[in-house]
Amino acid sequence: MMEKMIFGRYIPGDSFVHRLDPRSKLVFVFAFILVVFLANNIITYALLLAFTLLVILMSRIRVYFLINGLKPVMILLVFTFLIHILFTREGDILFELGFLKVYEEGLRQGIFISIRFLVLVLMTSILTLTTSPISITDGIEVLLNPLKKMKMPVHELALMMSIALRFIPTLMDETDKIMKAQMARGSDLSAGPLKERIKAVVPLLVPLFVSAFKRAEDLATAMEVRGYRGGEGRTRYRQLKWDWRDTTSLVVLAVMTVLLVFYRN
Amino acid sequence: MTEILSFSNVSFSYTPDSPEHRKAVQNVSFSINEGEWIAIVGHNGSGKSTMVKLVSGLLFPQEGEVRVMRNILTEENLWEARSNIGMVFQNPDNQFVGATVQDDVAFALENSGVPYKDMVERVHSSLEQVKMDKFLNHEPHHLSGGQKQRVAIAGALAMRPKLLILDEATSMLDPQGRDEVLKTVRALREEIGLTVLSITHDVEEAIFADRVLFMNDGKKYAEGTPSEIFALGDKLVEFGLELPFAMRMTKLFQENGVLLAGQHMSEEELVNDLWTSNFNK
Amino acid sequence: MDIKLQQVSYAYSMGTPFEKYALFDVDLTIPHGTYQAIIGHTGSGKSTILQHFNGLLKPSKGQVHIGDRVIVAGKKAKELKPVRQKVGIVFQFPEHQLFEETVLKDIMFGPMNFGVSEEVAEERARELIHLVGLPEDTLNKSPFDLSGGQMRRVAIAGVLAMEPEVIVLDEPTAGLDPRGQKEIMDMFYALHKERGLTTILVTHSMEDAARYADAIAIMHEGRCVLNGTPHEIFSDAETLEKYRLELPHIVRFQRKIEKLINRSLSKICLTEEELALEVAHALREGREAK
Repeated sequence: MMEKMIFGRYIPGDSFVHRLDPRSKLVFVFAFILVVFLANNIITYALLLAFTLLVILMSRIRVYFLINGLKPVMILLVFTFLIHILFTREGDILFELGFLKVYEEGLRQGIFISIRFLVLVLMTSILTLTTSPISITDGIEVLLNPLKKMKMPVHELALMMSIALRFIPTLMDETDKIMKAQMARGSDLSAGPLKERIKAVVPLLVPLFVSAFKRAEDLATAMEVRGYRGGEGRTRYRQLKWDWRDTTSLVVLAVMTVLLVFYRN
Repeated sequence: MTEILSFSNVSFSYTPDSPEHRKAVQNVSFSINEGEWIAIVGHNGSGKSTMVKLVSGLLFPQEGEVRVMRNILTEENLWEARSNIGMVFQNPDNQFVGATVQDDVAFALENSGVPYKDMVERVHSSLEQVKMDKFLNHEPHHLSGGQKQRVAIAGALAMRPKLLILDEATSMLDPQGRDEVLKTVRALREEIGLTVLSITHDVEEAIFADRVLFMNDGKKYAEGTPSEIFALGDKLVEFGLELPFAMRMTKLFQENGVLLAGQHMSEEELVNDLWTSNFNK
Repeated sequence: MDIKLQQVSYAYSMGTPFEKYALFDVDLTIPHGTYQAIIGHTGSGKSTILQHFNGLLKPSKGQVHIGDRVIVAGKKAKELKPVRQKVGIVFQFPEHQLFEETVLKDIMFGPMNFGVSEEVAEERARELIHLVGLPEDTLNKSPFDLSGGQMRRVAIAGVLAMEPEVIVLDEPTAGLDPRGQKEIMDMFYALHKERGLTTILVTHSMEDAARYADAIAIMHEGRCVLNGTPHEIFSDAETLEKYRLELPHIVRFQRKIEKLINRSLSKICLTEEELALEVAHALREGREAK
């Protein structure tokens, strides 16, 4: 069920990680994604794993919550692990089970790739779990600011993103409401042959679009009346603050990178 | 007395070129002075909403003039006029732009380039004025309709407007939300003498106004104090509105042969009259 | 067709970290032919409860009887269609559910989903369009060309066209002007009387509940805390206050008069007409006594 997924959800808090500037968090995660690929032996992978665990601890997100929420991703993880174990044929045979042969190299690869996958998923989850979508948007807007010189509509994109985020819960409620109303009129969205089901989507989609357009129109009016004329001459209420925490976290990542380079084969 | 807004012989049609064109607003004149509360009442489709669009420069009249702060509203001075007017619309959800309460209140300030420090102070003080200062970081879908409308009022106040327009701002709210919003507006009138233009079909809301404009079919049918307007009695009902509670009761009492000295808009007056006319003799 | 809720609890996002109960042990019986009002503040569980009346939500605990059908917590409920045909729901702002090209088609959508033939469905639509107070030529228009109030009426016709035995109304007059409000409420009351429809009105409005309902249930923080006749409910202002609810305007006004004349009227009046009569009567008696 979608409700159990925590990937992409935000859990408010005030841990060290929560209080980091979204810019540093974004830079950190992107850099981390690249750094992960430096690891190629037991020491380096162990380092990565330890580092990720440290970040989880500092974010004060309940581990139970993370594991529970990432269950759907875990399936994918187990799957990649098995593929590596079954199809890598290098090194000594560890054991045989009928036609199944597990090689030493396969086990190594399977474990390494799984760790790589795991730390990537965990790190990006921590980013979204500890940063509100609107802060992420702010961070992206500022980081992309240099592109304004190349005539990229950075401000408009960020505003669009923030409004979209703001309206997601509203439209979710609306969808649920319309779906219920049509079900009460005997429309069946969950059963029957595919053709019937596709037909049953029309009574849901038409009202949803009509209402979304109505909302968009109202919102545009409200924004215009409140003096919105594009990004020019606007000031920002949401201020981003870079402090010692942000510098520290990037320095730590740099040290981490050096260690990885040093210990890798 | 400073004039804030005026209409002189304003007409507007959505389909000016079609042969059977119907005017949504027809030859309407009125004015609002500083510190007044004017209510425009009329049933749905009487031209009320079109008038709001003419005030905010979303539409321009085909005939007549709309003046904001004594200047005729034109494409050129539109943005300046808008900075003097704060508006609260009907649907609480569809006017909430910011991700959180404080972001939404800051929206208009950002648009007009108010410096950051000034902004923070204004956001906080206007949220205090509508008693929403404890909800700074709340997201809109965790607020009730009444709370969202109060945030919208704060968003308008932050711009220190000369005029606050409530465009059916209570019609989608539950009774509690409606009370919250009306109490807020009345408190603001007392505290800072805010000028208010409210568009409504709720007569109990119009009772608090200084003057009422009664619209029917695009025309100004009558203008006067609430008691003058409600004295029109059955005419209001005929045009799709209803009389305030106390007036309905007065009428019913009289029909049933209860002695009363006159018409009453408030319950207290009616009860007192009932007492003096029947018991205190 | 009776509707009976027994020990019904309901939790959203059951079995997740976000689990949240919206109903707790609700017992409520609505006998056939009753006009039942359900009153409560936003968030009191009103809208959750109403979705149990036709199986849109299944109870997390307890059971719901809808006529002969029983929906029990934890058991799969198959084939809910017959139940949905018998219990029509007019949701808040029902105009948001319109989607067809023409009003006629939209009204026919419900009945045809329940296997009614095209001819019969069309016949019903032609009949109902008058009932909801719209001219017949509306049928060929697009619902999106109508005014908000007209759309509301079309949506109501669409629910009535299913010919339900029970009709559930969720704030059916929200956003309408006073005349529209009165027309809609009077129409449902007439249907209730003429066709013997069981009517369930979910509302904030004490006034509407006082004027129309036979029984009033009060919801508070997910529990059904009171259920009784309007006279029973409104004779106890203190209990209502505990649930942050006020007496209807008319009853409050009666109390003011009673305080002034220092005696009680013979009954609690639920409509303005009733109160006017009662006061006139009391005055006449008073005069004769002298």
